Amino acid sequence: MCTTCGCGNPDGPPGGHSHGDHGYDHAHDHDHTHGHEAETRRIAVEQAILAKNDGYAAANRALLEERAILALNLVSSPGSGKTTLLVRTIEALGDDLAIAVIEGDQQTSQDADRIRATGVPAVQINTGKGCHLDAHMVGHALHELAPAENGILFIENVGNLVCPAPFDLGEAHKVVILSVTEGDDKPLKYPDMFAAADLMVINKVDLLPYVDFDVARCVEYARRCNDAIEVLQLSATTGAGMDGWLAWLDRERRALLAARKAALQARLSALDAEFG
Amino acid sequence: MSLAEGVVRILAEQAVAQRFTTVKTVWLELGVLSHVEPEALAFCFEVVARDTVAAGARLEILRTPGQGWCMACSQTIQVTTRLDPCPHCGGYQIQVTAGEEMRVKELEVV
Repeated sequence: MCTTCGCGNPDGPPGGHSHGDHGYDHAHDHDHTHGHEAETRRIAVEQAILAKNDGYAAANRALLEERAILALNLVSSPGSGKTTLLVRTIEALGDDLAIAVIEGDQQTSQDADRIRATGVPAVQINTGKGCHLDAHMVGHALHELAPAENGILFIENVGNLVCPAPFDLGEAHKVVILSVTEGDDKPLKYPDMFAAADLMVINKVDLLPYVDFDVARCVEYARRCNDAIEVLQLSATTGAGMDGWLAWLDRERRALLAARKAALQARLSALDAEFG
Repeated sequence: MSLAEGVVRILAEQAVAQRFTTVKTVWLELGVLSHVEPEALAFCFEVVARDTVAAGARLEILRTPGQGWCMACSQTIQVTTRLDPCPHCGGYQIQVTAGEEMRVKELEVV
């Protein structure tokens, strides 16, 4: 029996397997349908699963850098106090500098409403069943929001310490916020998120006397998965430690502005050299 | 789930570019330090792939090992979790250099 198609000719038909036009008979007792099954082939793809997201993130980052906007991706569990921290930050800085906010939640516009009540522009993204923001959604929100140059854009991600970790949105830094009511072992339980963040903000420190939360142990756990992570402690509610947070924002913003200035100066020098 | 959708999107794009209609096997490379649980991804893939070129495709997952650079020891070390200390000095000054990959590596198609 022919091993190509199982037809009766032990050697297979001559001239390939174009049944019907060869000049001899063989028994068609096999059960496959004619028009032989196409051959399987192997294709090397070598493509990152997140390549599409990363492409959108790169476009967002380019736009933000061009406008010298410091973009921060705030990630945490639900209820860590992200929105309260943002409201307090806006109250402290909103008069002096342009702040814009992208809010991510599965449902409702409550967080964006809270932000807008402070007078700062905010766009709410509802992810529906989605558990994280992606760079494509943020790109659309950026277009709608048109944040002012030289300011700060806060992207408040969906409350979730797992899924937002691998999704680059085009931000300058991921900032992970951990409240003391959640337990000091969160960095051990969700190491991917703490590895992805550049700054850990320990929030609600005014509640430390009432909970079993060891700050030093928490910092040690966070540094196990991310040796370089910076740490700030504050209470957005009482205002304790807010100075450190505002100073961190100021430092990062100045660094970004300096980098943008240097890039523009280099461009200008290049144009001068070429066109005098 | 969105990672599984990412895989199926890549397969759909490849189907147009490489002119095939059915994916029989997908080889995925998932580093041990990548942000995904292989079993969960396999489950989601099966669901997401329905009614696409990848419907019923076999998923072969290749786990690639984790590697890091210990800044204290100035040498490459093996890393199995984000929380591993350096096996030589016990420190955590480790920069992960491999093991975070999430890639569609190869396809068997018709």
